Amino acid sequence: MSDFAVQVKGLRKSFKTTEVLKGVDLEVRRGEIFALLGSNGAGKTTIVNILSTLLKSDGGAASVCGLDVKNQADKVRQSISLTGQFAAVDGVLTGRENLSLIAELRDVPNPAHIADSLLERFFLTDAANKRAGTYSGGMKRRLDIAMSLVGTPSVIFLDEPTTGLDPEGRLEVWKMVKELAGGGTTILLTTQYLEEAEQLADRIAILHVGKIIVNGTLAELKKLFPPAKTEYIEKQPTLEEIFLAIIGKEGANK
Amino acid sequence: MKSKTIVLFGRLMKHILRSPDTIITVALMPIAMMLMFVYVFGGAVKTSLGDGVNYVNYQLPGILLIAIASGISYTAFRLFGDMENGFFARLNAMPIKRSSVLWAHVLTSLVSNILTLVVVFLVALLMGFRSGAGVLSWLAVAGILVLFTLALTWVAVIPGLTAKSLEGASAFSYPLIFLPMLSSAFVPTETMPAVLRVFAENQPVTSIVNTLRALLNAEPVGSEIWVALAWCVGIAAVAYLFAMRAYRRVA
Ligand SMILES: Nc1ncnc2c1ncn2[C@@H]1O[C@H](COP(=O)(O)OP(=O)(O)OP(=O)(O)O)[C@@H](O)[C@H]1O
Ligand SMILES: [Mg+2]
Repeated sequence: MSDFAVQVKGLRKSFKTTEVLKGVDLEVRRGEIFALLGSNGAGKTTIVNILSTLLKSDGGAASVCGLDVKNQADKVRQSISLTGQFAAVDGVLTGRENLSLIAELRDVPNPAHIADSLLERFFLTDAANKRAGTYSGGMKRRLDIAMSLVGTPSVIFLDEPTTGLDPEGRLEVWKMVKELAGGGTTILLTTQYLEEAEQLADRIAILHVGKIIVNGTLAELKKLFPPAKTEYIEKQPTLEEIFLAIIGKEGANK
Repeated sequence: MKSKTIVLFGRLMKHILRSPDTIITVALMPIAMMLMFVYVFGGAVKTSLGDGVNYVNYQLPGILLIAIASGISYTAFRLFGDMENGFFARLNAMPIKRSSVLWAHVLTSLVSNILTLVVVFLVALLMGFRSGAGVLSWLAVAGILVLFTLALTWVAVIPGLTAKSLEGASAFSYPLIFLPMLSSAFVPTETMPAVLRVFAENQPVTSIVNTLRALLNAEPVGSEIWVALAWCVGIAAVAYLFAMRAYRRVA
């Protein structure tokens, strides 16, 4: 078995006339947290959708757990789970029903038990029997993520998991993501928050105008940044500065 | 192991049972129209139909088709809802047969429409509907109604999958609800002006209504049943093709 949970090579995708992905390369190792960083419209969701078999690429190769997302989509779906950019919960069903629905669909034994333990883990026990449509944004997102954990998939895609959450909710999600990775789950998450990538990710890739322009650990990324500016004040660059500097450079080269 | 289609069907039936407004609109609208046709227009129409015609019987087939046409707009509505909020995508990224997601919607449409039709039949019975039809005729009636529901369900799948807005997803059903008015469903076509009459006599609703009416009244059906069946199967087949094309684009 390959060491990589996700391998993407030369991935291309266009929507009508707009070329969104212009040859994306990235690799995610098993068990790591990988953050895909990019601004609005960079193509993060497009990559996630291709990897989770929702969208067909126009060219290049993409595989999950060694399985081609195009030709072996059925098998890929056995090992993945997707938490899309917008919480996809059934608002008419209760939190508990949402979870046991997914458990039934994934053939997990004892759906009710799984539902209860996930409700507890995500602090939703009190709201378990309320319709998910009445949940706050943060609660919906927690339920949404909980639904993705049903059946313990080995690779989880989280598309902007903390967008729209308050700082507390964000910290909870971070904690949960770390726990999952600690348990051996591979996580590919997208984010626009540099701090999030800095806090969570083992490795970070920056997607900009359809390509991955840098890819590495935080330490590696920091090395790319020009050394401290003056001899008197040593200043460690933040990821934000690195990000903006790189994008600026790329932009100037165009 | 329960079929995934059945699991998802259970989910959609919960949607129906938990939104009373859906149930009310779907069942009450055709019932209200039936009350209106029978008690407001019925007296006047009867004089032109001649003595001995039971107008509740006469207009019932048209009301049933109206009930189906308004019922399937909720099929489009539910499908659009799943597309819109990402639930459809969530299911499509799961290890289940993709077609089960769509079939669950189709099955829900069939079952919920059948329930509505039963309610309409019961109300008609209270209003004086009487039928001397035998078992075979009743089976034929049920078969045609199910086939018509299936055909319109596939029609509804198309806007459900492709609409850009909620209004767009259900607006397609308005002409379908209106179509029985321009047919033999409530008044004989003989009284209509020429152009309208040609349209009325050649559109699908008229052959279906005439067939259902004959079956329910235990009268000879004639060749019109084949025209009715051809319309149902034809609409179902064409709509199915387009629905599948739309489906392949999104799933
Ligand atoms: N179905 C589609 N049809 C046409 N264009 C699309 C479609 N999906 C995405 N795009 C375009 O592709 C580009 C990338 O979109 P994508 O959703 O992948 O970006 P993103 O990085 O996820 O952005 P955001 O941070 O806003 O979620 C955008 O310009 C978008 O308009
Ligand atoms: Mg996105």
